[in-house]
Amino acid sequence: MGQDPLFLGHISIGVIIIVLVKVLVAFAVLMVAVMLMIWFERKVISDMQNRIGPNRAGPWGLLQTLADGIKLFFKEDLVPEKADRFAFKLAPYLALVPALVAFTIVPVGGVVHIFGHTVQLQVADPPIGILLLLAMSSISVYGTMLAGWSSGSKYPLLGSVRASAQMVSYEAAMGLAVATVVLITGSLSTRDIVSSQAGAFFHIFPKWNLIRLGVVPFLIFLVAATAELNRPPFDLTEAEQELVGGYVTEYSSIRFALFFLSEFMNAITMSAVIVTLFLGGPDGPNLGGPSFIWPILWFLIKTGAFLFFYVWVRAALPRLRYDQLMDLGWKLLIPVALAWLLVVAGMQVSRIYGLVLFVVFAAAGAILYRAIIIGRETGSEAEVITTFRKLPAADPIRPEGD
Amino acid sequence: MEPTFLLAAIAKPDLITFIAAALIVIGGAFGVITSRNPVHSALSLVLTMFGIAVLFIEQDAQFLAAVQVIVYAGAIVVLFLFVIMLLGVDRREVFGRESLRAQRPLAAAAGVIALGEVLLLARTTWATGAHAVNGPVGNSYDNVQRIAAEVFSTYLLPFEATAVLLVIAVLAAVYLARRLVTANAEEENSEEVEGKAVER
Repeated sequence: MGQDPLFLGHISIGVIIIVLVKVLVAFAVLMVAVMLMIWFERKVISDMQNRIGPNRAGPWGLLQTLADGIKLFFKEDLVPEKADRFAFKLAPYLALVPALVAFTIVPVGGVVHIFGHTVQLQVADPPIGILLLLAMSSISVYGTMLAGWSSGSKYPLLGSVRASAQMVSYEAAMGLAVATVVLITGSLSTRDIVSSQAGAFFHIFPKWNLIRLGVVPFLIFLVAATAELNRPPFDLTEAEQELVGGYVTEYSSIRFALFFLSEFMNAITMSAVIVTLFLGGPDGPNLGGPSFIWPILWFLIKTGAFLFFYVWVRAALPRLRYDQLMDLGWKLLIPVALAWLLVVAGMQVSRIYGLVLFVVFAAAGAILYRAIIIGRETGSEAEVITTFRKLPAADPIRPEGD
Repeated sequence: MEPTFLLAAIAKPDLITFIAAALIVIGGAFGVITSRNPVHSALSLVLTMFGIAVLFIEQDAQFLAAVQVIVYAGAIVVLFLFVIMLLGVDRREVFGRESLRAQRPLAAAAGVIALGEVLLLARTTWATGAHAVNGPVGNSYDNVQRIAAEVFSTYLLPFEATAVLLVIAVLAAVYLARRLVTANAEEENSEEVEGKAVER
């Protein structure tokens, strides 16, 4: 547990320049990464669907995203007549800025020495660490919400109401999964989270949180993060068949591009955060060569694997219904995350205590599950569902009425 | 040539940070009461929350700053916006006529009283037995430990009482929402029955 070594001594011009360079490099790399990610997604998905995909601009269509970006930039920028102009113009930036800020806490490598300064390869290592991610993901709700509302149009509003309800409800499960990691690390700082995962059990299994915490918090975080990103199979926000284009329907030109930029940037950030929290971040064997290069490579490989996972899931899984989405979040992920958090806390006290808690929660969960099944069979649940169905159709939280 | 101003700002940033954050807070607060559109008011409220979070960071209360953003800006104002958008009150309000006649003078009086109370509490010792303390306690890395130690020892009873209060509030909200739904459904059911009866 310690401060960023860069700020320990006297803060000179050199330190300021290093910080500025870190920010600029992170920004540039993130932009290029988004460009490559969009290309990667389109290529992989077209492969999986037996198509060729983008292949015109540049070698293997690599420059397709750039071409699309330039095209969007020169298109006419429309603001609908019924739009709330201020909020309509503000919303894309509210979506983009959190996506940029959240990446700053991710450690992309080890520590390097530049001009006598010890520099951590991450933009910032604030004491609140991983809480910054939660704060930023809760701020990014505003982008979607305002975009839908300010468009002054029906489908964007429905899309944004879905999106914000979804993001707010999955934030809880995500926060609980993060809490288990913080509990076992004893620190909020991402640098500490990564360094506590170094080493191995029996010299074979890495001491990553994925293994240390059991796989459950990792799975919960993965699902919650996918929902938080509004990516398939949780992309009800922009379900084309129902909502035209969701909250971005009325957007055009560079504002539309900014929304998509932030969406893909969020996907990259979330993959990087998953790697940081559960897969040891830049941790990995050093296979020779300069020592600072391997952590960065391992980090890139792991993050790339998760990006591929997101694309794969998009190609493989159908979209959830709204009630399935809410059931999964509130009835499964949050209780399991809460129970697992308590089990991990018990394990911190003593092994026996944790095991007893585990057994108690497993038994309680089984009883609850059985009770719900019996309740469904005796018909009381069916009554509740019919009462929901008979609500007036104007209730926009349940636009499709089950 | 050294940019001395920049260096001074970085070496002694407290005052500049405070001024900037205070301006954000006050500007946001004015936005809340002057905006004609409730959604714009809510957005100004978010601005105020952010300013307060910056003030917390400036006092080395980093954890409180994070909680401020996550809970207040990220959850509570989002709920405000939900209610505003779904109830369809997101239109411009007409000022001038008010439902409560003496509302404005009363509000002004309440504001003055609250301000006086805050000043009194900051200046005297009779409320807490100590002067208002201004400044960081310890470093910014043991925030969580310090708060946890206080909450689970000195202030355990108020903390538990707050938790119980929150649970009661949630239960009450769920109960009210459920009852409303069943009542609606019953109404509709009876209407349907009546309609069928008339048809026959």
